[in-house]
Amino acid sequence: MVPPISVPRKPLKLIDRVSAINWNRLEDEKDLEVWDRLTGNFWLPEKVPVSNDIPSWQRLSEAEHTLTMRVFTGLTLLDTIQGTVGAVSLIPDALTPHEEAVYTNIAFMESVHAKSYSSIFSTLCSTKEIDAAFSWSEENEFLQKKAQIVLDYYEGDNPYKRKVASTLLESFLFYSGFYLPMYFSAHAKLTNTADVIRLIIRDEAVHGYYIGYKYQKGLEQLTQPERDSMQDYTYDLLNELYDNEEQYTTSLYSEVGLVEDVEKFLRYNANKALMNLGYPALFPAEATDVNPAILASLSPNADENHDFFSGSGSSYVMGKAVETDDDDWDF
Amino acid sequence: MSTEANEQASSEPEYAAQTKAIGSVVYFSSVSQNTARFIANCELDKLGMNVYRLPLRRSDPAVHIHEPYVLVVPTYGGGNPKKAVPMQVKQFLNDPANRMWIRGVIASGNTNFGEAYCAAGDAISAKCHIPYLYRFELMGTPEDVQAVQRGLVKFFADLTAGKVDVPGMQEAIKANEQRALVH
Repeated sequence: MVPPISVPRKPLKLIDRVSAINWNRLEDEKDLEVWDRLTGNFWLPEKVPVSNDIPSWQRLSEAEHTLTMRVFTGLTLLDTIQGTVGAVSLIPDALTPHEEAVYTNIAFMESVHAKSYSSIFSTLCSTKEIDAAFSWSEENEFLQKKAQIVLDYYEGDNPYKRKVASTLLESFLFYSGFYLPMYFSAHAKLTNTADVIRLIIRDEAVHGYYIGYKYQKGLEQLTQPERDSMQDYTYDLLNELYDNEEQYTTSLYSEVGLVEDVEKFLRYNANKALMNLGYPALFPAEATDVNPAILASLSPNADENHDFFSGSGSSYVMGKAVETDDDDWDF
Repeated sequence: MSTEANEQASSEPEYAAQTKAIGSVVYFSSVSQNTARFIANCELDKLGMNVYRLPLRRSDPAVHIHEPYVLVVPTYGGGNPKKAVPMQVKQFLNDPANRMWIRGVIASGNTNFGEAYCAAGDAISAKCHIPYLYRFELMGTPEDVQAVQRGLVKFFADLTAGKVDVPGMQEAIKANEQRALVH
């Protein structure tokens, strides 16, 4: 039997009030807004026809099989941590009862994410291959190190550091793994699997945004020197995790020659993780020029030119019509 | 509320142009402050732009603009394009007296939202018949700030020179002027 990874903090603090949650009396409207977004985005992996990827999977090389399964077990590990320890560890620090409720949703969805990798595995791979990949994830020192770094903060006693670690996990640490299905999808491989991953990526964006926002709300209660020290801590932790991510990326991708491409994607997402925490980007544009095919795989219109400022002359262009909730418009 | 729209005095800018005004920017930012940080980093007042912030709550006084402006808007909806445009922005644009002065839109978003990335800019551009000028992620990078600073100065110069046009733009301006007059 594999023991569960969560070890409750002592003393175990589950509730410090005896009042029922009233969604009609909000202290922070962001709680309801994010709750609505998360519940509106709810999905289950069974809805995506991953079995359509079987022919595509069979055409991949053995090296690509091994890489895919290692990447997905790595992601499973992070989702397991976030679902069972990370999001749950934020509940006792919540400022409002509605914030607690949002974390329960985040925790549950992380468990859905973790399960969706197993659902992909069971569709595409043999039990033997699956077991080998799980063993690999337990032995890869860089994967274990990143898990250990965030777990230490989750179990520590600083609510601000816990939120920083959580946001960096949601908005940065997943992306060495997310790169691969986006790469395959850009080459018309495993496209249904990529659809599952895109749903996960969409959820992680809301999680990172919300936890980062709550971190910034919390900072308002600190003194300026304390805030400065949290900012230093955040950049230090990001750098520590980034160094480890580089090594993790090399351990996975050097055989297929994609290390440099993955690292651009890492830096691009590291910048976004910092922004979710309210801090300026760290890496300059020339270090974050993600392969346009990867960006297009993530967001189909992200590579369309929407910088009419940089063009010559004055050829201005319109956006494409979007169906929005029309009841709200008067025209 | 729009019945008296045209008689409403113009609102006070959050940042007033420090030199002769070349144009205006109207923006919305929620309590997460991403767009507000981007706007503050752009220092558009130093480039001769009046900058107006749309109110967060219904109880806050509505904003009234009587000069050509570019709207800067974050994309809402968490991946659902139907909910991409924040309610507060819709309320502002529902007033024809405000709508008749919009000349361009800049949107922010997150590529994690796939097809809905920066969908608020598409929706507003298509609905108001105005150019979609630029988009950026979250609170923008230093490169985004520079692009928007340079771009807005050029855009307002083009606007003054009558060089800004997209299909339906002139008709939309005239129609909104008439609506504002009727009210």
